[in-house]
Amino acid sequence: MAGLPRFLAGRLIKAIVILFAIVVINFLLVHAAPGDPAMVMAGEAGAADPKFVEQLRQQFGLDRPLLEQLATYVSHVATGDLGFSYRQQQSVWDLLLARLPATLVLTLTAFVFALVVGIVLGTLAAVRAGSVSDSAITVLALLAYATPIYWVGLMLMLLFSVQLGWLPAFGYETVGGGLSGFARMIDIGEHLLLPALTLGMFYMAVYARMTRASILEVRDMDFVKTARAKGLSHGAVVVRHVLRNAILPVITVAGVQAGHLIGGSILIETVFAWPGLGRLAFEAVLQRDYQVLLGIFFISSVMVIVFNILTDLIYSLVDPRIDLAR
Amino acid sequence: MQSMNFWRAYARNKGAVIGLLIMAVVVVLGLFAPLIYPESPWDMVNAPFLGPMEEGSLLGTDTLGRDIASGIAHGARVSLLIGLTSTAVALVIGVTLGALAGFFGGWVDDTLMRFTELFQTIPNFVLTVVLVAIFTPSQGSIVLAIAIVSWPPLARLARAEFMALRSREFVQAAITTGQSNATIIFREILPNSLSPLIVSSSLMVATAVLLESSLSFLGLGDPNAMSWGYMVGAARTVIRQAWWMSFFPGLAILLTVLALNLIGEGLNDALNPRVARKGKA
Amino acid sequence: MNAVAVSSSSAPSPVTAFPNRQPLLDVRGLSIALPPSADRELAVDALTFTLNPNEILCVVGESGSGKSMTAHAVMGLLPVPSVRVAAGALLFKGNNVLTMSEPEQRALRGGRIAMVFQEPMTALNPLMRVGDQVEESLRIHTDLDRTARKARVIELFAQVGLPNPAELVRSYPFRLSGGQRQRVMIALALACEPDVLIADEPTTALDVTTQKQILDLIRSIQAERQMGVMFITHDFGVVAEIAHRVAVMRHGKLVEIGTADEVLNRPSHPYTRQLIASVPHAMGDRPPFTPSGEPLLLAEGLHKTFHVGGGLFKKGKEVTAGKNISLTIHPGETVGLVGESGSGKSTLGRSVMGLMKPDSGRLLYKGTDLLSLDRRAFRPFRREIQMVFQDPYASLNPRRMVGEIIAQGPIAFGEAPAQAMARASDLLAMVGLDASAAKRFPHEFSGGQRQRISIARALAMGPSLLIADEPVSALDVSVQAQVLALLDDIRHRLNLSMLFITHDLRVASRVCDTIAVMQRGSIVEMGPAAEVFGNPQHPYTQSLIDAIPGRGWEIPADLSHGEGVSA
Repeated sequence: MAGLPRFLAGRLIKAIVILFAIVVINFLLVHAAPGDPAMVMAGEAGAADPKFVEQLRQQFGLDRPLLEQLATYVSHVATGDLGFSYRQQQSVWDLLLARLPATLVLTLTAFVFALVVGIVLGTLAAVRAGSVSDSAITVLALLAYATPIYWVGLMLMLLFSVQLGWLPAFGYETVGGGLSGFARMIDIGEHLLLPALTLGMFYMAVYARMTRASILEVRDMDFVKTARAKGLSHGAVVVRHVLRNAILPVITVAGVQAGHLIGGSILIETVFAWPGLGRLAFEAVLQRDYQVLLGIFFISSVMVIVFNILTDLIYSLVDPRIDLAR
Repeated sequence: MQSMNFWRAYARNKGAVIGLLIMAVVVVLGLFAPLIYPESPWDMVNAPFLGPMEEGSLLGTDTLGRDIASGIAHGARVSLLIGLTSTAVALVIGVTLGALAGFFGGWVDDTLMRFTELFQTIPNFVLTVVLVAIFTPSQGSIVLAIAIVSWPPLARLARAEFMALRSREFVQAAITTGQSNATIIFREILPNSLSPLIVSSSLMVATAVLLESSLSFLGLGDPNAMSWGYMVGAARTVIRQAWWMSFFPGLAILLTVLALNLIGEGLNDALNPRVARKGKA
Repeated sequence: MNAVAVSSSSAPSPVTAFPNRQPLLDVRGLSIALPPSADRELAVDALTFTLNPNEILCVVGESGSGKSMTAHAVMGLLPVPSVRVAAGALLFKGNNVLTMSEPEQRALRGGRIAMVFQEPMTALNPLMRVGDQVEESLRIHTDLDRTARKARVIELFAQVGLPNPAELVRSYPFRLSGGQRQRVMIALALACEPDVLIADEPTTALDVTTQKQILDLIRSIQAERQMGVMFITHDFGVVAEIAHRVAVMRHGKLVEIGTADEVLNRPSHPYTRQLIASVPHAMGDRPPFTPSGEPLLLAEGLHKTFHVGGGLFKKGKEVTAGKNISLTIHPGETVGLVGESGSGKSTLGRSVMGLMKPDSGRLLYKGTDLLSLDRRAFRPFRREIQMVFQDPYASLNPRRMVGEIIAQGPIAFGEAPAQAMARASDLLAMVGLDASAAKRFPHEFSGGQRQRISIARALAMGPSLLIADEPVSALDVSVQAQVLALLDDIRHRLNLSMLFITHDLRVASRVCDTIAVMQRGSIVEMGPAAEVFGNPQHPYTQSLIDAIPGRGWEIPADLSHGEGVSA
């Protein structure tokens, strides 16, 4: 694996370029927004006290030429200074860090659920193409694809928490439960179940449809005919030759989209009062706290990039045609 | 004669026909909302917290006594309008950039594709939220925000089509018979790349409707227009007492988006017969 | 009983009949039904033939003749239920394959009957090491243990002439060339020492020199193991090269079957006679070309290098597509540019058409250097130089009417649309199509007809020089002969010069006055056609000519002047 460090270096450079571009976008957004940039940064025009606004003006050199302001802004971000939330009286960076773990737990669970169940369902549908179970899976995927996830979240909550009382309706864990260790993990798991299911459902549908289409496509390829001509049984042909080739493209796309789960988590965390970045984003929207919003935009972009690098790595380990040193 | 074939191929997909019927209902509802429910959907017309079919209210009322059915009818206008216009804007951006990249190749392609990649990496819903929040919610800012996050797939598709067609021999023949770039783009390439673009845009309208509803759910909808997402969002906190307030608007979104997806699949079957592999073993 | 000598001769061996032995494969009244949407009911119609041990039976036919379908039926590879056997029996050593249980069939497949496919580039699983793919077959059909299997795979790779077998088994398919992949496929087929080998156009996708190697390999392995080989092909040259017996198919029916000698030298059925007459061969009576006047086109020292892959942070591979290409075309002369895939033979044609910019060199057309011109200055030359493309299915815009397609060039150059359309009708007549074709769309025409439309489009501009880039390689042989005849006729009638680019020496010999042979971006030999073919100087030219399939076979005299060449 001599190519691995070089591959990582290449991806890292690319990631830095993208991050820089996102910082520039953030900067431009603040300046393109209607009104005084200092006011925008302070959030909720007029609510911030003049002293704080003046301090912002100083800190970001808002009376300097635009390019100089950009340089100041970039250097602030580079040193981990994403600004200060006047509303929350806390640095944005601290706010984000406090909320990050909850979001990671939620999105990762949802992603694994979506990928595993999606691929399994898609495979089942493709192998029995044309059968009742294929139609059922196809319809299910179509529905999941069309349903607004926040609404499903509400409906599931209504059913499982309000009507049946099986699962907690919101939160990360039972408040004041005083649980620790394994019991606490079970408690968090119970709280996690509904939000993760809801968040993963849309992407599960996406991956199921993709897997099905991919398998049907690979099944018609020449090398599958070769495998059948060897005298392999139908099942062996599917498992040994079709599946691996069919799932590879699904994983690539999944990796690219994994980051988008973070977008969905804004909605799900709002519905289930999950104390992560999404919930923070909703609060920031309500309070027009733009510094926090832009911070969330920045950190979720970082998460997407990390996801992409990880899937690239997995992909290049699985597919012999990808030469890491390339 | 070709349109006959098109309809026959489309109608062979039963789901697509159902989708078209649902869509027809939604369109009619949206068009005639001001006639069916002449009062503003924001007006208190009845007692609050009425359940469905109570006191002459078809789908019940919300926390402020506003009629749910009226809100759904008026909300159809917003959903369709924003879905269509934002797709149109995304289509213009995406096809223009994709066509330029695919047709000219080289550094033009490199630059445009890096740019597209950047927008694909950005978590799109987060960006929509940021954009609408900063530019204050209005129909214009919502349409623009949705278009800005939606164009990259269209650009990639247009680029792939243009690239493939550009090296096709009939396009090369057009070059060698002295056709201008404009003729080549508009008469040789574009007509042949239309089918996949039409299918993708019909699916994109569905995504745009979902995005709009998600924005208004978060309270980032146009404050002057009643919309389905807003209704679900406003009813969120009273879900324990009044399920119908969020159930019916959500169902409206589900049916509309489902119909658009079904139509997209029907179009795909009818326009790209080779891609549709039904009945093939 | 050394039945077949494989030593050196390319002439077919005498048939070895085994009157008292059971045939390996006995196909009786086989009919294969197509789905209702197809253009005909039966792909294969009441087909009867046998394949004996220790013989190569060539099944010949054009596309749609049902020859591949028959092979797929034997292997149980038909895409059921849409395509299925409707009637008949398929006996392998006396047992009907069609009524066997699925496990019994699987034991035959890859074990007793093995198959090699047409497309080596896609026939192997891209994610599996080639050795493992061969070993898989041994695992199913033999009880060898792992070590024995591994050893056997290496042995097989050596037998099919793969270099460095012990290492190659660990390679993935994408590292191998087309010829190497086809050898792997053959090794895979031979793994369990089958009685029957079915080869479905196994050399069609390969270059001519590789084709020769693979044909030699199949022939020697067949003789060594006394297998029955069912060899499917569309090419009578290949038939002449390896067949012991020949079966000719058309529209799903058997039209003629007999020994190679009978069918090749004394064909009885009119269709067989037409096919053999269409086999491209040099016209003996072609008068030698004597150049006169100034050269029309003079290429000097063209260089072209492509950069494949690469990007911002990585360097791509460099591929040389042209290395000091120099060539002259005189008025009225047809120059054949011959080369295998990747030889860079398209570089010159595409540069002349302004579709590609060489890195250096000069390209003088009537004294003007085309490469020094910008787009605008180049435009007038578009009328003078026209092109006929390779793929008739891709070279016509499916959304425009044939008349428009032909008239678009003249209209772009200012001709009145009505006049251009009228001329389009005349041109259609000239290329042998009805004038009503102008109002129809390309999809309503066959491949050969489309190629005629493509020629009419080029002629509409009134060119002096025609570039024909593999104009017949996508066509069936009988159609190929017709289009070649048309091109030859037109260029004499209009006194055109032509640059004829092809991979097929036989095709080149039929229409070209002068031949230029390309290898790895360079022209290695150039001269009058008769000299290049009769007395090749460069070793590469010699190997190319040596590799022409069926060189030892003389087309029967009564067929060698183009019988059946008509629209």
